[in-house]
Formats: sequence, structure tokens, C-alpha cells
Amino acid sequence: MIRVVLPFHLRNLARVEGEVRVCVDDPPTLGAVLDALEAAYPTLRGTIRDHQTRSRRPFLRFFACQEDLSFEAMEATLPEAVIRGIEPFLVVGAIAGG
Amino acid sequence: MSRVRVLVGTRKGAFVLTSDGKRKDWRVDGPFFSGLPIYHVKGSPADPDRLYASEAGDWFGQVVHRSDDGGSTWRAVDNTFQYEGQIGTHQFYDGTQRPWAFKRIWHFEPSATDPDTVYAGAEDAALFRTTDGGASWHELPGLRCHESGPKWMPGAGGMGLHTILIDPRDPRRIYIAISAAGVFRTDDGGETWRPINRGLTSNFMPNPTAEVGHCVHRITMHPSRPDVLFMQKHWDVMRTDDAGESWQEVSGNLPTDFGFPISVHAHEPETVYVVPIKSDSEHFPIEGKLRVYRSKTGGHEWEPLTAGLPQEHCYVNVLREAMDVDSLDECGVYFGTTGGQLYASADSGENWSAIVRDLPAVLSVEAQTFA
Repeated sequence: MIRVVLPFHLRNLARVEGEVRVCVDDPPTLGAVLDALEAAYPTLRGTIRDHQTRSRRPFLRFFACQEDLSFEAMEATLPEAVIRGIEPFLVVGAIAGG
Repeated sequence: MSRVRVLVGTRKGAFVLTSDGKRKDWRVDGPFFSGLPIYHVKGSPADPDRLYASEAGDWFGQVVHRSDDGGSTWRAVDNTFQYEGQIGTHQFYDGTQRPWAFKRIWHFEPSATDPDTVYAGAEDAALFRTTDGGASWHELPGLRCHESGPKWMPGAGGMGLHTILIDPRDPRRIYIAISAAGVFRTDDGGETWRPINRGLTSNFMPNPTAEVGHCVHRITMHPSRPDVLFMQKHWDVMRTDDAGESWQEVSGNLPTDFGFPISVHAHEPETVYVVPIKSDSEHFPIEGKLRVYRSKTGGHEWEPLTAGLPQEHCYVNVLREAMDVDSLDECGVYFGTTGGQLYASADSGENWSAIVRDLPAVLSVEAQTFA
């Protein structure tokens, strides 16, 4: 099980509190965890990745294990600590000031 | 017992305002979708408790929410808006051609007879429709694929399809307006379209009277006279009496004919409301005085309505979707400002008061009447 932390508005949209856990098919890639997340919570479709381009929305970031995975390919394998459920995969909204 | 419900979309959520027919005491519910920009909330004429809301932010993209109980509870429905067929290109600000790319829904227009059928106006300009209550959306590509498409270009706020009017006599006749392309009409339910901009003059264009390219801010009609449309253009207030075949300017004695919203009185088809804004360079009322102007003659002759509105130090704007009327015997008029005030008049605009003063910037206002 992969632990995923969503930002406030996406937790509201998915109607979840705290972390969510999703089963990810092998190989456990960045794209696979997003696929699993969207399958488990269909209302998230289109909110993390653009429907048409399938690209990460530019104001969202993917972090894990103190690393920025935002620019990794969707085929990139997740860090071992995330795969083993030790560390969460974080979907983070870019900060907005003003 | 008669009552009114006003649906308000703002930069930071949606609000539902309700009152009885006196429209003196109001209940304010919300924010719904707090913190998120809600471009438009609209109810179905066929089932007024069926509401659709467009959440369209920079972080999470497009989300469509539906309520079946008048706004008490909501659930997300499909948010897939995919252009069909050849994507094509339109003109960008710098004159280059850019491929169409979906950004957000600006406007929902539910069918008059079927709560599951709703038209949606998109940026980049396109028309979508659901016939299953939002479970799926499909483009009507005949509009976007019109031969003039490569000449359309975004206004400063984007290339949005912001107005959809369905002819109450024949739902196959639909008018839409795009900034900055102009007005288009279909007579076959959206299969084919043609621009209907004859009579418009826009001096920011190389050819001010070109067939397309006009920055139309809003059009409106009275349901009893669907061949008569009124328009607030970037500059100029216009009307047509022949379903858009030709337009005439009716700005008359307005202090400025720049503005965004335009509405028609519920019972007087020749009574029209606008909110003049100083200019396209200064998006606030002239002299810091917030004035609604009303014409009872279908244009040309306008009178300021100021009672209850701030007449000094007022520098808000009123956006194109942020004005509406109810249809109680004494017509109510409502508008919201970028300063967060929601003003209401229960007497056709003679007297105004703020229902609420400190909302986030108001993007849209829709009034529902329960007689």
C-alpha cells in the first residue's frame, strides 16, 4: 500500500481525511500511483493531471523522502521507502501569497 | 409563499442567498467550495433545486459540482471537457496561431425543459453539452470548427464563451457570445453556426467592422421577445430586433458605454439595465460613483439609479455574469461587485441595499424565483 497525502482541497473533493492508501500495480511508478489514486477516487481525475495532456498541473508538486519528484517521468519508479509504506507520497499545492 | 434564491459565485467559493418575496431579510449560506474560484452557479428552470457550479482554479483545474437540493449538498460530476476532432488553432495575443486548449467553464445554461441537459461555455471558446446531468460532457464542435476560428483571439481575461441564450420558442436556435470573437447563432441545435455581428464597430481591430473579432461582453434577451437581443460590448451598448441579423447602437446618453453586464426587466421587455464603467483602462465607475443605468425605452435614453448605492470613493467593478433579475411582480434586480458587495433592489432598481457587503470578489449572480 502506498500512503498518499493530498492537499486540503483535494481531500475535500475526495471526501477523505488524513492520508489515503492505495494499492499500486507493479511496477510501482509515479504514474501508477496517480492511476491508482484516480481509480480509487474518481473525482480526482483531471485535478492532479490534465485530462488531455496527462501532465501534472503546473501548480502542483510531488514530493517524497525529502525529494522533489515533480519533474520525474511518469514511468519513474517510486522511492523504496514510499513503496514499502515507510514514507508518504505527497501531492502539494504550490504556495500562494498575497 | 413567494421567495427568491440568489446564487453567487465568487473568487473564493459560492454562496446561496434566500429571502421571501419581500426581499428585505436575507439568509446567507456558504461559502461552499470555500477558497476555490466559482465562475458560475446556475439552476435548472425545469427543476430549480438542480444546480450546477463551475469550480475553475489554477491549482486543480476544472471541477463541476451538482446539487439536487437547492444548494444544501453537492457532489462532483464529470469534469472531462475534450475538444472533438481536429483541434485547430486560434489567434493569440501576439498574432501567432495557438492550438485550442481547454482551461475552464465560464457559463452553464440548463435546458428550459430537462434538468439533465445543460450547455457549458468554455475557455478556450467552445460549447459543450451534457444530457445526463453532468455524468458526461460532449463538445458541439461545429462552433469551434467554424471557418473563422483562426481569427478568434482572447480578450484580456481569456478566450471565453461566456453567454448562452436558448430561444424559448425553439431550443434549436441558440446564441452564444465569445470574447473576443463576437456573437454566433445556430438554428439547428448546434450543428452549424454563423457569426451575427453586422453593425458592430470595434476600433481595436484592424478592420473595425470585421465579421468576427469583436469583444462582446454580454448579451441578453427577454423571453417574450426572443428576436430582440441587447448587448454590452467592450465599448457600446447595442440591440438587434431581427435575431442578430443587424445591430444598432443604443448607448444614447450613457456617461460611458463601456461595461460588462446587461440585463432586461422581467416584465418590461424594453427596460434594460447596465452598469457603466469608466473605460477599458480604468475598470471602475466614473467619479467613484456606483450607478446602475436603466433605459425604459430599449436603449438611447438612460437614467441613473443611485439610491442606496455608494456615491463616493467607490472603485469596484461589476463583471459580466454578475447581474440578474428575479421575476416577482415587482421585479428584483441584483448585482455583485469585485469588492464583494451583493446589491439588491426589490423595486426595479429605484432603491438598493446590500444583502451582504464583504464577500470575495463576485464573479456571477443568478436569481431564482419561486412564485
